[in-house]
Parts: sequence; C-alpha cells; structure tokens
Amino acid sequence: MAEEMRIVLRNYGKIEPLKIEDYIAAGGYKALEKAKGMGQQALIDEVKKSNLRGRGGAGFNTGMKWSFSYGIKTDQKYVVCNADEGEPGTYKDRIIMENDPQSVLEGMAICGYAIGANKGYIYCRGEYPHMVEILNKAIDQPKAKGCLGDFNIEVRMGGGAYVCGEESALIESIEGNRGEPRFKPPFPSVIGLWGKPTIVNNVETFANIPAIVDKGADWYKAIGNAKYPGTKVMTLTGDITNKTFVEVPTNTTIRQVLNDFGGGVAGGKKFKAVQIGGTSGGFIPEAFLDTQLNFDDMSAIGATLGSGAFFVMDESRDIVDVVARIAKFFAHESCGKCTPCREGTMRMEEIMERVNDRHGDAADLDRMDRLGRVMTKACLCGLGQAAPSPVLTTMQHFKDEYLSKFN
Amino acid sequence: MADYKDIINQYKDLPGGIIEAYHAIQREYSYIPEEAVEAAAAAFKRPKAEAYGVATFYSYLKVGKRGKNVIRICESAPCHIAGADAVIAALEKELSIKMGESTADGKFVLELTECVGQCQTTPVITINSKPYENVTADKVAAILAEYK
Repeated sequence: MAEEMRIVLRNYGKIEPLKIEDYIAAGGYKALEKAKGMGQQALIDEVKKSNLRGRGGAGFNTGMKWSFSYGIKTDQKYVVCNADEGEPGTYKDRIIMENDPQSVLEGMAICGYAIGANKGYIYCRGEYPHMVEILNKAIDQPKAKGCLGDFNIEVRMGGGAYVCGEESALIESIEGNRGEPRFKPPFPSVIGLWGKPTIVNNVETFANIPAIVDKGADWYKAIGNAKYPGTKVMTLTGDITNKTFVEVPTNTTIRQVLNDFGGGVAGGKKFKAVQIGGTSGGFIPEAFLDTQLNFDDMSAIGATLGSGAFFVMDESRDIVDVVARIAKFFAHESCGKCTPCREGTMRMEEIMERVNDRHGDAADLDRMDRLGRVMTKACLCGLGQAAPSPVLTTMQHFKDEYLSKFN
Repeated sequence: MADYKDIINQYKDLPGGIIEAYHAIQREYSYIPEEAVEAAAAAFKRPKAEAYGVATFYSYLKVGKRGKNVIRICESAPCHIAGADAVIAALEKELSIKMGESTADGKFVLELTECVGQCQTTPVITINSKPYENVTADKVAAILAEYK
C-alpha cells in the first residue's frame, strides 16, 4: 500500500488558514529568516541542488530559473505566482491556497530575496473570486507583523482564459493586455513583466520552497524519484471511487494512485484509460499503469505529469466522444495569435466532431495525425503544442474505438 | 448602482489595471456597458480598439447587456462524462432559453464555461461564481429558486 507524503500540504487541516499565528506556530516564516541568513547565491544553490522542478507542468529546475534573474543587474525585478490553474480536472492550487496561503506567500518572499525583487504578484484565475479574497486577507497578516520585510504582494484576477497559464501570456494579462503568449526567447526570467526580470512559478512550486529551505536540499532530493524529486499533488476525477486529492512521492505509480488512494474504478467497472496532467495530457492505457508519476517517466510513455489532474475513464466510456469534447476545448481556448494553433485547433475539432458523428472515414485519421504532428512542432506556445496530444495518443492506444465509428 | 466612471477612476493609476476595472464594473452591472469600454480607454490612455480587444479576449468579461445572475455550466471532460448535457437541458427548459441567452426579465443568463476547478464533485455549475456541486437535472429548479 503506497503512502501519502505531505510537503506542500504539510499544514493541511492542522492550522486555521487565515490565522497567521497558527502558521508561525507550525514553523512558518522561519525559512524566510534562514534564507536571508544564507545569502542570495547560497540560497539559489541550495534550491538548485534540491532539484525541485516546476510543478506547473514544464518541469524546469527552479533554482536554475532563479539564477537567470539573480544574475541581472537592474532597478526592478518581479516574482509572479501562477495561480491560474485552468487544466480541466485540476484543483490542487486551490486546495493549497485555501488551506495554507502563507506557505505560498513565504515561498514567494524567499524567491524575492533570492533574485533581488521587492514586488510580487499572484495571478489568480477568474473562476476563483473567493480565492482572491482569501489571498488578500492572507497578505495583510504578514504585512501587519512585518514578516515579509520590504517584499510586497498584490493579487490580480484573470478572466477565464486558459492560455494565461502560459507564463508570458500571464504577464501580458497582468500588464492589462490580451493574454497572448510572447515569442521566446527572451524568457521572462530575463525580460518579463514590464520588461523586467521576472520569475514565474506555480503555486505548488512556491509552497515547496519553505520546506526545502528549512530542511535542506539533501533531505528533499532523497524523496521520491531522483530525476524529479519531492512530491506531487494529484486530483482524482472521473470514474474513480474516491474523487479526492493526494500528495504522493514522485516514485508512486499510476496504479497505486488509482487503487490505493482512488479506491479503483467506480462501481466495480473495468478500467479503460486515465488522462493525466490535464486536458492536454496523453491518454494512458492499462499497459502503462506501472509508470511512476514524475516528469521524465511520464514523458517516456508519451504522456505528461502536467498539473497533476488524474482523470479516469471506465470501460463504458466512448473515448472518441471524450476526445471530441477536448478538441472543442482547445478550439475555444486558442488565443488566435499563431496560425498553426488558431487554424489547427479549429480543424481538429471539425474532424473530431465529424468522426464522432459517424460521418468520417479512415482518411480523417491520417489527416489528424499529420495536423497533430505539425501543431506539435509549429505552434508558438505550449497550448497549441500539447493540444493534439489527446488525439494522437488515443489514435495510438485506442484505434479500435475510432475504427468503430466508421462502420 | 455605482457609476462605471467612478469605478474606472478607482483603478486608473494601477499599472495594467484595466482588467481589474472591468471586473469591478461587472461586479456592479454583471456586464461591461459599451460606453464603459470607451471610458476605460480614455482613463487608461489606450486606443479604443485596444480597450475593446482586452474586454473581448476574456471569456469571463462580457461587453453588452446580459442577465443579472450569470449561470455557467462546466463542459470540460470530467463534467462532460458526469452528465453535464442533462444539466444543460434542464437549465434550458427551466428558464426557457438556450445557452448564451438571457431571460426576458433580465434575471438570468446561461453560459457554457470550461473547468471551474471543482472537479471533486462533478457536474458543476456556478451562479455568480458560486459553485454548485454534483448537480443533476432534478436539482436545477431548487437551485434557481434561490435567485428568483
């Protein structure tokens, strides 16, 4: 039986979320103090050595990212917390912020000290107006106690655009523009918000930071899978007995999450597929269930760890129907800036609808395969690059379901 | 009801604050009046086209009148397989309007949305962003009664 390990959710259920005294009594804000005693370079080296990799989905070494901003001499830098979790089936950042907002603020302040930034923004998705209130109350508390020093944090609310989870689109949105991704390079860590070096990290990434500073890189990197150490918060949805969230070490397998925490497929039905990492993730058949939940092992099977969404489908589900729905999602959420994504997601939806409505033919599969491969390579940002993944992986693993639509 | 010009004024010195201003207008009006977009352009010293471009980019912002209570139905995959279609049909029947339309009395508008992050209890609808979980067709009338 696999066991949960709570690092980012270390205070879940143990503290009153909006009572900073509880957070401090649980050891809160000691890590920020310790970080300031270490010096910027040593702090960044420690985070780098822990091998903490971004929990938003891209999996980049967090300390490395910080070092890019640290190395630039300029009058202003920014820390941005990406709380725009929009991947369908994901609500981990909400759970973290609702239950322990101070851990995120402390993580941001540590990052601010490390890179030399005194201003932070939390970009919270427009679907969570209650969270904006919680965060604003949470920010007032350490400010009143002087815990954050000269580091200031402001909350900005998104407007329901999935693409704003992409860091440069998110920055455009904070600047008051349409949330369209920028060309990269330059990366935001060099030229970001209002042209200044900006570190954009996910909520879950920031919540890890105080624990790493407190207990050390050696402690952290020994947890889970060495290539992507630590834990991952997963949100279990779809046809699973326990629709809940878990935080597990990154050497836990898909099967363990499904059975040990999820209680298996709901209603005693048979398993058909699980889509992990959100709606852009690949569909995973039974044969790959012993894969560990970390960035590299998931990539190796053509899937993603992504946001940690864990969407289970039982034997009765029509895979083509679900993927058609997903194709509509991407056509809706494409921002329209680059042609391969704007046109590609629209055509993909059109073909998927046709196939799902039993008006397609085998040539449509070739068309989608070709279109999908072009989009993966040619789209400007991760949205368009990942959009074909559900189509491509299901044509690979569940081809019979497509063929049955041609009879 | 607060004048949108006063609302915009509160945000005009906030860097990038035009989106925050639009949200604040919607909290008051439930939508952004056409004239408010022009007023925002002037206050934030941006071309009207840009102010309009921003207002129409985000699915949670709506330029032009709509119903007071905004009902959104999640149609992302987890809600889809949990039976969102039946909930959509029940809402349309109960309010006698189609998705995207507002009721004649101006009380409700029905909108499709993507994931609202409450996937532990699908299908989900939100009314003025308040989530209602595990919604079924037979619960719809009682939920709407709270707002009638």
